[in-house]
Amino acid sequence: MSFVEYGDTIKDGDTAIVFLGHESMFPVKVQHGTVTQTKYGVIRHSTDLIGKKYGSRVTCSKGGWVYILHPTPELWTMNLPHRTQILYSTDISIITMMLELKPGSIVCESGTGSGSLSHALIRTVAPTGHLYTVEFHQQRAEKAREEFREHGVEHLVTVTNQDVCKNGFGVSNTADAVFLDIPSPWEAIGHAKSALKAEGGRICSFSPCIEQVQRTCLAMEEYGFTEINTLEILLRVYNVRTISLQIPDLGKAAEDNSSTGFDSSNPSNQGSSCVNLQQGTVQFKSGVPLREMVGHTGYLTFATKS
Amino acid sequence: RKIIFEKQWFYLDNAIGHVYGTTFEVTSGGSLQPKEEMEEVTTETKEAGTDNRNIVDDGKSQKLTHDDIKALKDKGIKGQEIVQQLIENSTTFRDKTEFAQDKYIKKKKKKYEAVITIVKPSTRILSTMYYAREPGKINHLRYDTLAQMLTLGNIRAGNKMIVMETCAGLVLGAVMERMGGYGSIIQMYPGGGPVRAATSCFGFPKPFFDNLHEFPLSKVDSLLSGTFSTDTLPSEPEYNVLLEEESNGLTGKKQASLQETEEDSTTETAMEINETEEQETTDISAEDVEFKEIKEKENVREKKQWERRKKLIEAAALLREKNADGLIVASKFHPTPLLLTLLEFVAPSRPFVVYCLYKEPLLECYTKLRERGGVINLKLSETWLRNYQVLPDRSHPKLTMSGGGGYLLSGITVFLDKGKSDASNLETLKTEEPSSKRCKIQDLHC
Repeated sequence: MSFVEYGDTIKDGDTAIVFLGHESMFPVKVQHGTVTQTKYGVIRHSTDLIGKKYGSRVTCSKGGWVYILHPTPELWTMNLPHRTQILYSTDISIITMMLELKPGSIVCESGTGSGSLSHALIRTVAPTGHLYTVEFHQQRAEKAREEFREHGVEHLVTVTNQDVCKNGFGVSNTADAVFLDIPSPWEAIGHAKSALKAEGGRICSFSPCIEQVQRTCLAMEEYGFTEINTLEILLRVYNVRTISLQIPDLGKAAEDNSSTGFDSSNPSNQGSSCVNLQQGTVQFKSGVPLREMVGHTGYLTFATKS
Repeated sequence: RKIIFEKQWFYLDNAIGHVYGTTFEVTSGGSLQPKEEMEEVTTETKEAGTDNRNIVDDGKSQKLTHDDIKALKDKGIKGQEIVQQLIENSTTFRDKTEFAQDKYIKKKKKKYEAVITIVKPSTRILSTMYYAREPGKINHLRYDTLAQMLTLGNIRAGNKMIVMETCAGLVLGAVMERMGGYGSIIQMYPGGGPVRAATSCFGFPKPFFDNLHEFPLSKVDSLLSGTFSTDTLPSEPEYNVLLEEESNGLTGKKQASLQETEEDSTTETAMEINETEEQETTDISAEDVEFKEIKEKENVREKKQWERRKKLIEAAALLREKNADGLIVASKFHPTPLLLTLLEFVAPSRPFVVYCLYKEPLLECYTKLRERGGVINLKLSETWLRNYQVLPDRSHPKLTMSGGGGYLLSGITVFLDKGKSDASNLETLKTEEPSSKRCKIQDLHC
C-alpha cells in the first residue's frame, strides 16, 4: 500500500480503512499481533488482515463483518485525526483543477494543518512533483512529517516549521502553484509571488470571511497577479429513498380509480413510480436532500502570475 | 491562417515566440503586442456625484453620434482614445458616482479596446470554455463537476483507468492530464470510433498516447461472455472490412488494366506486390505512378487497420485482466447498463464515478447497484458553484449556477460476495443473517 500507488494485498505497516457501513469507517495501522475493536467484534490483524486482499469482507469475532479498503486521500480526509479545521474533498477538487496541478507540478502550501489537502496534493503531483508545505505550529509540523512517513510519501514532501508570513516558503522561483490557508493570507502574497516560477504560475487562497478575501484581492492586485477570481463551492448530497404518498379519498366510486391518471400499466410510470390502488398509495424513488448540509466552508480566490 | 474570435479576425503569426499569458491588441488584420499592463488613463475621476437623483435618461447624454464613432474607428484610432473621447463627450459622466464611472469605463473598454490574451491549454481553461461555449457537446458537464469526478475517481499517475464518455474527449483529456502519461487508459467508445476533438486541444505530447487504448462498446458483451477471443480477428468493426474489400477490388481492377497495357510486368510480380510491401516499392517502375499511389494508400489503410486491430487486442487483454483502478462514466447514454457491465472490469477497493445530467437515471442506477452488490459507500451528489465580485465596498455574489451542472453517483467496489452474486440468493442471505442489528445496518445501505 501507498497513498500514491495501489496495492493488492494488505501488508504489515499499511494504513487501511475499516468500513463498517453507512458512512461509518475508521483508519487502522496494520501491525502483527495487534487487535482492533469494532462494534461487530475484534479484528485480529495477523490472521484477519495481513495477506488478505483490499476490498475483502472480514468477519469479526461476533460474526459481524466489515470491509477493508485501500487508502485514498479522499478516504483519509473523511477519517483523519483532526488537529485543525480541515478542507474537504469538494473544495480540494476545485482547488486541484483551478491550480492546474498534475504529475510533476511543484506546489507550495501553508499551513499544513491536519494534512487533508496535503495528501490530495501529493497524490496529484506524484511521482515527479513535490510539495513544500509550511506549518508554524511545531507539534503539527512534526505530526504531519510522521504521517507522511507512515503513508510512504515522505519523498514527495518537505515540511518546514516556520511562519510563512515572515519567512516565506523556503523556496524561490520553483513552484507552479501556491495554496494559502492561513488567517492573514494578504501578508503572504509577496512570499507566494517569489516562490512561484519566474515564468508564472497559479495561486489560491482559502478564507472563511469576505473581509479576508477583500484584503487578499487587494494584495494580489498590488503584486501584479491577474485573472483574480473568487468563488465558492457547495456540495449537496442526496439520500435515495422510496417514498409512498397516499392518494386522497375524494369519494369517487371504485371503478373511477382507473381513470385518475395513475395508471399502473402506463409504461412511462414503470420503474420510477408505481401505484398500489388497493392501498391507495403511489410509490416513487426520490433523491432527498439531507436535513442539514454544509452551507459555507470558505471563499476560494484564484489568480495567475504571468 | 486567419482566425475569427469575438467578431474580430486576426493572424496568429505575430504571437509566436511570446510567453503564455501575453496580452495582444488586435489591429486591422494582424496581432500586435502591447504592454503587459496599461497605465491608467482615467486620472480625472476625482470629480464625481454622490447619487443618481438628477440623472435623467433622455438618450442625449452622449454628444457623439453613431457616425462620429464609426468615423473614429475607421480612422484606425486606438480604442483607448475612443473611450477617452466618449467620456469627454458624456454630459452625465461627471454626475455619476465614482463606482458608476468605473463601470462605464469598463464597459466601453470592453467594447473598443480589443485585447486578447493567449494562454496555455489546461483542463481548467478547456472545461470552462466548453461549458460556456458548447455545453451541449459535453452533456452540460460543468467544470466543478468535472473537478469532483477527477478527485472522487482518485485519478493519478500509474492508474489503469476505464473511461466511457461522450463529452468530445474532454473528460478523457482531463484524465490524461492528471495521469501525466503514467499508467494506462482504456476508452470505451460507441459507434465507429472514439471522439477526441477536445482531447486534441490539450496539446499532449506523443508518449501520452502510447498507453491510451480504445475498445468498442458493442464488443463488451462478447468479451465478458468469452466469445470475443475466438471471433475477434475476423469480426472487426464492419466498416473496416468494407474498406478492405473496397480497396482490394480497386487494386484488382487496376492490376488487370496494368497487365493489359504493360506486358513486361508479369503476373507474378503483381502477386508479390499484393503480399509484401517492401518488394512493392522496389519493384514498381517509375511509369506506374498511379498504381503506386493507390498501392500506398492501401498500404496506409492496411497498416492503420493492422494497428487498430493490434490495439484492440491489447485493450481486450487489458480489460480481461479485470483489475482496472477505476471507472469514469460521463455519457449521453443511460448509466445503469453501462455501469452494471463495465464494473466487471474494475478491481475491488477502487472508486468509480458516473456523471448524468439528470438525477432520475442515477436513482435507478443506485438501486440496481445495491441489488447487484459489490459496491459500498454509494453517494449521489451535486455541487453548486457561486462566483463573487470582490471590489472595495462592492463585494457580492455574481451569479448562482445550479441545476445545469449535473449529478454524480460515486462509490467504491468491493469483492462480490459469492452468495450475493446471484440476485435470487439475496433473500436467503438476508434470512441467514443472525443478528437483527446487522440487518438494520444492511437496510440502511439501501
